Amino acid sequence: MKTAIETHNLTVAYNRRPVLWDIDFQVPEGQLIGVLGPNGSGKTTLLKSVMGLVQPSSGYVRLFGQSLDEVRSRISYVPQRESVDWNFPISVREVALMGRYRKDKLLGRLSREDHRLADEALEKVGMLPFADRQIAQLSGGQQQRVFVARALAQQADLYLMDEPFAGVDAASEEAILTLLQDMKQAGKTVLIVHHDLHTAHQFFDWMVLLNTRLIKCGPTPAVFTTEYLRQAYGGQLTILSQVADLVKARDFPVRERSFKDQPK
Amino acid sequence: MSDFFTFSDPNVRLVTAGTILLGMSAAIVGTFTFLRKRALVGDAIAHAILPGVCLSFIITGEKHPVYLLVGAVLAGWVSLLVMDYLSSRTKLSTDTAIGAVLSVFFGAGILLLTSIQHSSSANQAGLDQFLFGKAAAMTRQDIWVFSGVAVVLLGLVLAFFRSFKLISFDPAFAKSIGLPVRRLEFLLSTITVLAVATGIQAVGVVLMAALLITPAAAARFWTDRIQVMVLLAAAFGLLSGLFGSWISYTAPSMPTGPWIVVLLSLIAVVSVVVAPQRGIWARLRLQRGNARKIRQENILKAFYGIGEAADAPVATVTVEALRQQRPFEDRALELGLWELARKGLLHRHGAGTYALTPTGLRESRRVVRLHRLWELYLTERMNYAADHVHNTAEAIEHVITPEVEAALLKELDHPILDPHDAVIPYQNPPKPSAS
Ligand SMILES: Nc1ncnc2c1ncn2[C@@H]1O[C@H](COP(=O)(O)OP(=O)(O)OP(=O)(O)O)[C@@H](O)[C@H]1O
Ligand SMILES: [Mg+2]
Repeated sequence: MKTAIETHNLTVAYNRRPVLWDIDFQVPEGQLIGVLGPNGSGKTTLLKSVMGLVQPSSGYVRLFGQSLDEVRSRISYVPQRESVDWNFPISVREVALMGRYRKDKLLGRLSREDHRLADEALEKVGMLPFADRQIAQLSGGQQQRVFVARALAQQADLYLMDEPFAGVDAASEEAILTLLQDMKQAGKTVLIVHHDLHTAHQFFDWMVLLNTRLIKCGPTPAVFTTEYLRQAYGGQLTILSQVADLVKARDFPVRERSFKDQPK
Repeated sequence: MSDFFTFSDPNVRLVTAGTILLGMSAAIVGTFTFLRKRALVGDAIAHAILPGVCLSFIITGEKHPVYLLVGAVLAGWVSLLVMDYLSSRTKLSTDTAIGAVLSVFFGAGILLLTSIQHSSSANQAGLDQFLFGKAAAMTRQDIWVFSGVAVVLLGLVLAFFRSFKLISFDPAFAKSIGLPVRRLEFLLSTITVLAVATGIQAVGVVLMAALLITPAAAARFWTDRIQVMVLLAAAFGLLSGLFGSWISYTAPSMPTGPWIVVLLSLIAVVSVVVAPQRGIWARLRLQRGNARKIRQENILKAFYGIGEAADAPVATVTVEALRQQRPFEDRALELGLWELARKGLLHRHGAGTYALTPTGLRESRRVVRLHRLWELYLTERMNYAADHVHNTAEAIEHVITPEVEAALLKELDHPILDPHDAVIPYQNPPKPSAS
């Protein structure tokens, strides 16, 4: 398996306080990958440093074996929904079209093809009927789907999504998930920051468990174990015991497998 | 007045065109300032420009527009950098940093201005027009330079519109696709500083923020499209510029700036009141419409209820009977009956008696149907107790659209009875009544 993302000794600090310590992992291409950890464990920060939005104090990131700038057009980033002002006076279609903006085309108009791809992306997430609505007139879940559509319009190979399921109802979650599965079938890599432990082990092929430091990275069965979850979620034992029960009830393998792709 | 609007005087033409251009470019640039929630920053830049203008006069001894612009832009940029530094590198909050920069720079500007006036340099006359603006005092050269700058700014904003839109909406995403966000932000800030530096010719330092922000704020009330918003803001800027020139023309002793701002404020107030959807008036009308609908539908329901109790639609119903069916307010009942009669849903059969017309009967069945469907939905799907759903349904029955009704019918599979075992009245009953 080829490597989609690898980080080497990645350390990130805000105002000199490190929130990611020496993160070292790699994830393979063509998988659905979950990034999990409690609130404030640095999941968003990890995504931002992969996208070059925050400057690491040390370490570096490689994507498809190259630097971000070399492969930028193959990468798509979906920020947390709360990161923008949804009262901004633009329509759903305009947001989707932003996925077609290119750094070498700052000026000038978008082509007909760009418009087609944006509409196609909206269609895929079921938001085409709302294309002309102002984005404030959408529910939270619909706004999230618009963000996903913008990412789809980019036609990237690697998607980094920050909590795309936050505030999304079960039906939308299902729809987005089906979409992600399709994308995986088409050979795309999707890395998702996710909160809900209950659904995580069903969604993801691969997991990155984080709490300021890297707890564990690997295929889901190897990572989603009581031991690693306890390390990641520490005090939050109530969730943990719930999840442990879940794992037990579903007869999930709790035992760690030896795993050779793991970097030193 | 007529003299002014024929624009026969070339001088008037020039001043007017210049003022209009300044107003428009400030309004268009200001749209982005407004959308990026930088209104306060715009105000601080405007005030901070004063010492730059004064210094450039002191150093060059001339009131040449290019020198003044250079001084203004430098001062504007220094103020931006200081604000940035203060809010990111110290524990000061952003608004404190902005306020500090505004007052310190403006204070320094006033100090310099006073010292220039005391030094009685022959050229000084007119420098204090920067405080409140006086478009008519612009020389030909001033007008050409400032209008030229305004046109360049307009062109830049148009050319980079798409990119500016994106970095205003979602800078993180813009960065993720490799747009040179820092450089674009630098460009936008420079454009803003320049728009402010030229705009103070018209309204002066103190009121510049109004010229920058008010048109956009007013335009936002009218539209949800950034493109339309920019055009509207430009139109408001144009109007106020025209008005300002007219004031300068008819009353040369009047300060132009305050009048421009007065007109802009007027436009803003009018927008707040009459804008569709968001405006106060539209909302009042909507509420009045809702009240009217509720009033009428409740009366129709009372008619239906009387008919249902009598087991057949009743030919005529007295106002007294309606009152017994439901405790109406006198005024509302009177008004509602009158409205319904006028809409052709009711017939008046002499003093105090009314009958439903066929349309009225259909309407009354519809309202009752919605009420009962909703009650059923609450008990069946939301697990409410049957004796808890009436009050909610009283409100919701007036809101349900035909689409929602269709969805309810499908979801509940065209039910016959509501939770209280009352028959749900259909327009075309599914099957003839069993009795
Ligand atoms: N811009 C910032 N300046 C200073 N500290 C920050 C900043 N952004 C995040 N932090 C801190 O860094 C830590 C990690 O934040 P991050 O947003 O990456 O967490 P997260 O795992 O995404 O949390 P959540 O689940 O709440 O989204 C937190 O302690 C947070 O307080
Ligand atoms: Mg986060």
